Amino acid sequence: MSKPIQIYLDYNSTTPCDPRVVETMVPYFYDHPGNAASRSHPFGWKAEEAVDYAREQIAGLLDVDSKEIIFTSGATEADNLAIKGAFEMYARKGNHIITLKTEHKAVLDTCKKIEKLGGEVTYLDVEGDGLVDLAKLEAAIQPNTIMISVMWANNETGVIQPMKAIGEICAKHGILFMSDATQAVGKIKTHPKELGIHLMAFTSHKMYGPKGVGALFVNRKNPRVKVTAQLDGGGHERGMRSGTLNVPGIVGFGKAAEIAKKEMQTDAERLAKLRDKLESAFKAKLEEVYVNGNTEHRMPHVTNISFKHVEGEGLMMTFNQNIAVSSGSACTSASLEPSYVLIALGLGDDLAHSSIRFSLGKFTTDQEIDKAIDLISNGVNHMRDLSPIWEMYKEGVDLDSVVWTEH
Amino acid sequence: MAYSEKVIDHFKNPRNVGTLDKSKQNVGTGLVGAPECGDVMRLQIEVNEDDGTITDAKFKTFGCGSAIASSSLATEWLKGKSIDDALSIDNMDIVEELALPPVKIHCSVLAEDAIKSAITNYKEKNGIA
Repeated sequence: MSKPIQIYLDYNSTTPCDPRVVETMVPYFYDHPGNAASRSHPFGWKAEEAVDYAREQIAGLLDVDSKEIIFTSGATEADNLAIKGAFEMYARKGNHIITLKTEHKAVLDTCKKIEKLGGEVTYLDVEGDGLVDLAKLEAAIQPNTIMISVMWANNETGVIQPMKAIGEICAKHGILFMSDATQAVGKIKTHPKELGIHLMAFTSHKMYGPKGVGALFVNRKNPRVKVTAQLDGGGHERGMRSGTLNVPGIVGFGKAAEIAKKEMQTDAERLAKLRDKLESAFKAKLEEVYVNGNTEHRMPHVTNISFKHVEGEGLMMTFNQNIAVSSGSACTSASLEPSYVLIALGLGDDLAHSSIRFSLGKFTTDQEIDKAIDLISNGVNHMRDLSPIWEMYKEGVDLDSVVWTEH
Repeated sequence: MAYSEKVIDHFKNPRNVGTLDKSKQNVGTGLVGAPECGDVMRLQIEVNEDDGTITDAKFKTFGCGSAIASSSLATEWLKGKSIDDALSIDNMDIVEELALPPVKIHCSVLAEDAIKSAITNYKEKNGIA
């Protein structure tokens, strides 16, 4: 039996490791097993050297000083460290944080914790295209505001926030600017210093590096930013994050950053073309197809599409033996609630349930996109043949006038 | 989450998909669920007025694989049953037959609701208490 075709279009969830990354990591599992904090022997020195080199590679991608990179276990930990750490460190300045309703849970749930700890958090609405309204953002600033936390690019829609303008607002009001840049780093240019970002969380496994390693950029000069450590221990990473460093992971992260710096521009241009092809093919082949979020300010490799009157999880089931994507439908998660990100964009629950996120990556081929267009269009047609709502829509029934029985 | 083989079978080869003429006196239609909830089922039965047995059943469902499988299975079970027997179909029978996981039990509940709703509609049309 031949192996089923497997097309991976879920790069926003995680990326495969680049083989060049794996190759670089391998010696650090066995040949160079040292602890980077061991100062008394060559094993430790070798490990420290490797970590320093990786730190330089990552700093090079971000155009920052290598001393400004704090390694963590991933972006979730980096988000926690940035927000909780700044909340503790700057307690005397205030206790109010502003963020967006469309942030990742690593930020939103951390902010909820801040509220339990006595802090105050404003969760701002976004506009229909997913972008923050800058006037509303500025108006939310209070005398006790210490930080604005806005993600660089949204994981579900790929929408890119106006980082430069937000940086200017933060500078004007003397507020820290924190960004969860997990989906942007290594894919598009992300130079925090140019935009006035003081804290920036990101991770290796979204940029073709290994899982289990991430980092927090912490601005060192003008202003010098500090965050209170959230883990107690050996005082590694300039006292901000204790714990033995994941040397092979960090080596891989560094290599991934080096490769991204060289190749991301070319990849982005190619992927934007494939993404556009995917969108236009669906629009040409199918009715009632909607692209969610701003299509101008967005990541080159992401599109979030609602196929109206088709439920996302059911649709995925028509092709998930062959194609891996994500859905904003309730049923895909344990929560049974549809995507809060799409709801925040003002989509009705029905369109949110009908959404599929496609995220392409550097190993995506033209042939794969062609195949995906075919299989998914067939799936949509199959599901619409089964859908009573589609039939009603086709008969001209005003669906808003139907009395549904909520359950 | 992995689906059971029976769910996959009903999903890939749904039984009795379609539409009965709802204007006919002996056709009962049930429409349950809401698009906002991610599940809508329409289940229809055609009843032999002489002996009260269900001669045909059709469905269309907007929903996940388990919702489609639950309604497909329901139509299979309905055909040939008397209305009274059909009313005794319990959602847990569907859960068991399809090996639905706990997070999908609501799909079976919806299918049971759809059956009951279709029968109620038939009875109302025909003045049966």
